Amino acid sequence: MGSVIERIKRGNFWTFHGGIHPPEQKFLTTDKPIRAVSIPEQLILPLQQHIGIAGELQVKVGDKVLKGQALTHSMHPMAVPIHAPTSGTISAVKNAVIAHPSGLSELCLFITPDGEDKWRERHICIDFNQLTNNELIDKIASAGISGMGGAGFPTQVKVSIREKIKFLIINAAECEPYISADDLLMREHSPSILDGINILDRILSPAYILIGIEENKPEAIKVLQQATAHNEHIQVCVVPTKYPTGGEKQLIQILTGQEVPSGVLPSSLGIVMHNIATCFAIADAVINDIPLIKRVVTVSGQALKKPQNVWSLLGTPVGFLLEQCGYANKNKKHIIMGGPMMGYSLPTDQVPVVKTTNCVLAPSEQEISSPYSTGTGEIECIRCGQCSDVCPSQLLPQELQWSAKAKDQPQLEKLNLFDCIECGACAYVCPSQIPLVHYYRVAKSEIRTQKQLDIKAEHAKVRFEARKERLARDKIAREEKHKAAAEARKVRMNSGTPQAKTEKSAVAEALARVKAKKAQQTKIGDSVTADHTVTPIDVEQKSQVSAAIARAKAKKLAAQQNIPTEKSVSVDTTDDIAIEPVNDKKAKIAAAVAKAKARKLTEKSNDTALATNKNTLDDNTVISKQVEKSVDDKKAKIAAAVAKAKARKLAEKSNDTALAANKNTLDDNTVISKVVAKPVNDKKAKIAATVTEAKASKLAEQQTKLEST
Amino acid sequence: MSVLVTTLLAILVLGCMALVFGAILGFASVKFHVEGDPLAEQVDAILPQTQCGQCGYPGCKPYAEAVANGEAINKCAPGGEDTIKKIADLMGVEPPPLDESHDTDNSPKVAFIIEEDCIGCTKCIQACPVDAILGTTKQMHTIIADECTGCDLCVEPCPVDCIVMIPIAKTPQNWQWDLNNIPLVQLD
Repeated sequence: MGSVIERIKRGNFWTFHGGIHPPEQKFLTTDKPIRAVSIPEQLILPLQQHIGIAGELQVKVGDKVLKGQALTHSMHPMAVPIHAPTSGTISAVKNAVIAHPSGLSELCLFITPDGEDKWRERHICIDFNQLTNNELIDKIASAGISGMGGAGFPTQVKVSIREKIKFLIINAAECEPYISADDLLMREHSPSILDGINILDRILSPAYILIGIEENKPEAIKVLQQATAHNEHIQVCVVPTKYPTGGEKQLIQILTGQEVPSGVLPSSLGIVMHNIATCFAIADAVINDIPLIKRVVTVSGQALKKPQNVWSLLGTPVGFLLEQCGYANKNKKHIIMGGPMMGYSLPTDQVPVVKTTNCVLAPSEQEISSPYSTGTGEIECIRCGQCSDVCPSQLLPQELQWSAKAKDQPQLEKLNLFDCIECGACAYVCPSQIPLVHYYRVAKSEIRTQKQLDIKAEHAKVRFEARKERLARDKIAREEKHKAAAEARKVRMNSGTPQAKTEKSAVAEALARVKAKKAQQTKIGDSVTADHTVTPIDVEQKSQVSAAIARAKAKKLAAQQNIPTEKSVSVDTTDDIAIEPVNDKKAKIAAAVAKAKARKLTEKSNDTALATNKNTLDDNTVISKQVEKSVDDKKAKIAAAVAKAKARKLAEKSNDTALAANKNTLDDNTVISKVVAKPVNDKKAKIAATVTEAKASKLAEQQTKLEST
Repeated sequence: MSVLVTTLLAILVLGCMALVFGAILGFASVKFHVEGDPLAEQVDAILPQTQCGQCGYPGCKPYAEAVANGEAINKCAPGGEDTIKKIADLMGVEPPPLDESHDTDNSPKVAFIIEEDCIGCTKCIQACPVDAILGTTKQMHTIIADECTGCDLCVEPCPVDCIVMIPIAKTPQNWQWDLNNIPLVQLD
């Protein structure tokens, strides 16, 4: 480590592989101070402005909020709260387009400022050294600070690291060609930044603090060197200008010579990196009790008359900032959020500034042409290899591109796609103008989605297996229970107590009853041998009823569907059930079955009767009528309930009737339910079917009960 | 004579060597036996595990076993073309198109119970292959969206048709990078 420091002191740094030197455009904004812009008419605050999860909303529409008041809250470490940037009223909570390359909408708070800019109560902390580390971390967490360099990682997580820290690196490289927000911030607010660095020093207690800054910011370097002159602990490291020096892994390599391995966090090497703007926000939060509600944004590009760095409240629509800076290109708006290398085009100028927004770029058409107005101009890869020469992560961009196009995910992972920092250097140098980074981003999101799906599939599999096991277990348990109950009954009945005796005699009586009934039936059966049936009149009536129901249904269907009958089947008068309006094959089959049944029953019919069954039949008709009537409207449920009750009643009644009669009713029911259920696909039919099915099962139950007794 | 002895000797020596090496090989094959991943398991790993039964088998594993035994590989509707391609790669056959009897729309969905219509019949609970429905007799049921595989099996048994399949909404979290599909607002 000593040699590292000596090397740094000599100004002898390491370098990273590749990198590019895009034309500098910082001069557009570096000659002007940071300007404070007025409060816009409306602020749009996305609930989530960082990597992680959104907090829980604490306010509702119509609430008055004060400047700095927390609007969301969460105990989750990956959630950071958002705060009201000014005092005003919550005018809406709705989805709006957020600062995201997808152009999709997410939940946003809309605040209408009241113009008073009235603060909530603040507690200024004069000496942060009196606070404990936990208090400091709490203050950082409740101020809603997330990394302000671009990625937006929650800062409280990065200051709660338990590992021993060798190097705290402050990232002031700012390597994107247009952005000068950090540069200006350092020039104008170096004391606050230094306070922030000291707070981080307190919390993390690193062996050394290195401030990495590119040599193209001479004024900021001078200011920082003056501010840290008396402190041996802090080293201002002026590094050569090269894009992407500001990448975390790249800056670590330049300053310490250590390469962060793939898939490893820098903290495990004893290194933590914070952005310089984050340091300023930390100082503001801890000392002045000002949460993260504003930031410096570079508003630049040749389409602007007055490009400048501005203090923008979070939630300010970028259109408002552009207007303030003299946006000239009204007709063909092409706005980029972030720098030209890593930024993304915005679909609308109502996208708000968020915690990670360091730049809003409005280039002229000559400067950067809009991806919407022109094609990408991509031509075939000529395998020149320039992309791999400039890749700071030492990947093989052209191989990655081929694999990405072929969607060869295992190969992509083998080529370490996830080490790509999407810096865009490869696409910048590509003579074929292949939008390489775009391919990588697509591939990355596909792989991520696939992994999610795999996890979900595995989970589903586990649950499926668990369910299967549970069902098997339940079945065994049920069988055992039944067995045990039977055993217990046997034992009880043989125990010889008076109770057992009565039970026994009751069973015996029941058995005798059943026997008697059976004998009677056989008698009846014998008397009508010619007809081979027990209750012929009943059967006839029922067949007629079922035919009528089927007929009605068919008619109704025909009326409903208005489909010309493809093939109308008219049968003899008694059983012309099947006027078949539907093309559905199933329906035809069902109808045919019903028809056959009806005919069979009619043929068998005879004058012998069991009067009791009439009731049953009546009920049947009532039910089906009920069902038919009710199906159209919302009351279907009520009707179903009524029908169910009827069914129960019917079941009770049929209890009294002979077994065989029941059987017939049951058969008929099944036929009806088949006729009803099959042809129609709509809601009504389903309800009707359920009702009839329920009825049928009830009857079946009754029957089995009767039989068992 | 000497020729005979030499021949016999050679046979003897070679025979002994064969026995020794055979024993070594036999021992090694037992000792270093590698449990191969059976084909059915590999197919099962590819299937989407929706357990929807659209293939005609009660769940993904039975279908995987059937595929391993020669069943057609184009019957998984939720998996769609991708799954067919993967199984085809695994089996070393040409990927056939998806079975025509299946719906080609395999966009991810999640079941949703319209709770005011639910009568609490528990039929959907019995139908759910992954126990993703919560509720009991005559109580309102609800679907645990995170556990739902979107298999569609609960829709059919519902007597009051209160279950609908909702396509999973696109959010910035699950968004697939596709710059050609960004909802572009015309600025004036």
